[in-house]
Amino acid sequence: MQVLERREARAGDAADAGHDIRQLLADYAHALDDDRLEAWPDFFTEDGCYRLTTRENVAAGLPVGIILCHGRGMLRDRIAALRTANIYEPHWYTHVLGPASIDAEEGGWRVRSNFSVYRTFESGESMLYGAGRYLDRVSRTASGMRLRERTVVLDSRCIDVLTVIPV
Amino acid sequence: MEAAASLVNWPSEGITRVPFQVFSDDEVYEREQQRIFRGPVWQYLCIEPEIANPGDIVTAWMGETPIIVTRDAEGQIHAMVNRCAHKGALVALRGKDNAKHLTCVYHAWSYRLDGRLRSIAFQKGVNGKGGMPEDFDVSAHRLQPVRVASFCGLVFGTLSDETPPLEEYLGPRMSAFIQRNFGRPLKILGRHSQIIHNNWKLYAENVRDSYHATLLHTFYTTFKVNRLDMDGGIVLSDKKWHHISYSKRATFNLDREYLTAEVHSAKYGAKHGDSALEGPQLLDAWDEFDDGITHSIQTVFPNLVFQFTLNSLAIRFFAPKGVDKTELKWIFLGYERDTPEQTEMRVRQSNLTGAAGLVALEDGCINEFVQRGTVGAPERAAFIEMGGRVAESNESSRATEASVRGFWHGYREIMGF
Repeated sequence: MQVLERREARAGDAADAGHDIRQLLADYAHALDDDRLEAWPDFFTEDGCYRLTTRENVAAGLPVGIILCHGRGMLRDRIAALRTANIYEPHWYTHVLGPASIDAEEGGWRVRSNFSVYRTFESGESMLYGAGRYLDRVSRTASGMRLRERTVVLDSRCIDVLTVIPV
Repeated sequence: MEAAASLVNWPSEGITRVPFQVFSDDEVYEREQQRIFRGPVWQYLCIEPEIANPGDIVTAWMGETPIIVTRDAEGQIHAMVNRCAHKGALVALRGKDNAKHLTCVYHAWSYRLDGRLRSIAFQKGVNGKGGMPEDFDVSAHRLQPVRVASFCGLVFGTLSDETPPLEEYLGPRMSAFIQRNFGRPLKILGRHSQIIHNNWKLYAENVRDSYHATLLHTFYTTFKVNRLDMDGGIVLSDKKWHHISYSKRATFNLDREYLTAEVHSAKYGAKHGDSALEGPQLLDAWDEFDDGITHSIQTVFPNLVFQFTLNSLAIRFFAPKGVDKTELKWIFLGYERDTPEQTEMRVRQSNLTGAAGLVALEDGCINEFVQRGTVGAPERAAFIEMGGRVAESNESSRATEASVRGFWHGYREIMGF
């Protein structure tokens, strides 16, 4: 009886974790889509790593992709730069997320999910910016679920025009 | 020449004016394919580490002509047009491959790695019926050869017999600087590309334009990676086709012009101060050379750029994909001899350039703004007189459009405009 309860409790934890992780992924996408970019670094742990790259670079094991940030400082610099320094035509994203598969590992979870991102420029046209997969490592911290690592793998090698807003 | 002259009516001011027509005219684009991309120029194909082993095959483009580059069993590099001698289909379909032969998937015509035809399927027919005529000669057919030359690990090709030898084409100053940057075994760190919605020549101008770099690219200026109030200069090749622009970060000396001339970039710097980076490790760098140069851009006519920003070494190659579309390819490099710490710094600094480059992302859209601004006014012309009206080297100032004028000098020469 006790054993069963313990197992249920563990299943309950896992269900909670799954719920919280899915919420993290959705909140992340919605923050970017709603132009709440200053919140972006807060989805990561203090030393969290963000990497935007291509399927080709990942397959070849190459370290350089399109964006690489180590730690919230570099993440915040990205946002500060696009708000104050960089010059580009304003545009908006809509992320469409696929279901996440979640596997427990030491210290957290490995999570994989697919995405597509549509981008709308001043012209009013919406175009596919890109599609691919998020490869995440997530941990529960005192302030909730956070990304220790997010590798964004774009299927395409070609970026249309440019990338300013993170994916 | 007469036909060329009548296609474009170049303003009498010469290289200080550029008729907007050349950025959107389909006939001009066609003539460029013929006179430039199939003409007497050397074009970048790949770097040697991509074809390090016998049987390695990569595909490339020379203008709109698809190209195959191979290394044969003896270690010899070959280049040929990627077009079957039978029906003209692409023979190599993958960007990178390793094989003993090149075989067209359509009718199985099979070629050696040097492009010579070795066999065809059903030459003698099937069951004694059909087949090629008796006088069919395998040795009379091959993939169209491309002249190939390699310099410091960079592999170039040309479709014209008239192109001078590669090092002569580059000239001594350009060759020496390539030697500085590429003169040791290279290692690829990553790559991606960008589709930019503008004529290829707008990017050719843009990378030669040291005037815009620190005005548009605010991040550059703010974090003092490159400013015009650092020592630096412009070097044009003898024929003015190629150029080098360089600066020395250690010589930064705040110029009042940045604060008084309504320069967007300086306002940001003044407001946020010098310590604005929360992740300052982005700019961790070391002095690789003893010449003091910490940032350089080098172009090779028509569509190749070498970048060395701090320690971020990259090849940029921009391939025309139509009159108003260009694919800009980025290949980030290090050296085989790099320590893990040096590789890490180069990898981090790759954030500065590329499609999301903190100092360069503006170039993804700025040329499109020119394309969109000029397409409706082919009869009007750009005004290019910053730094004077000539195309000469200037090793004391980069507040000049001298190398942009140099590009147009070369372009007019080769196009007959």
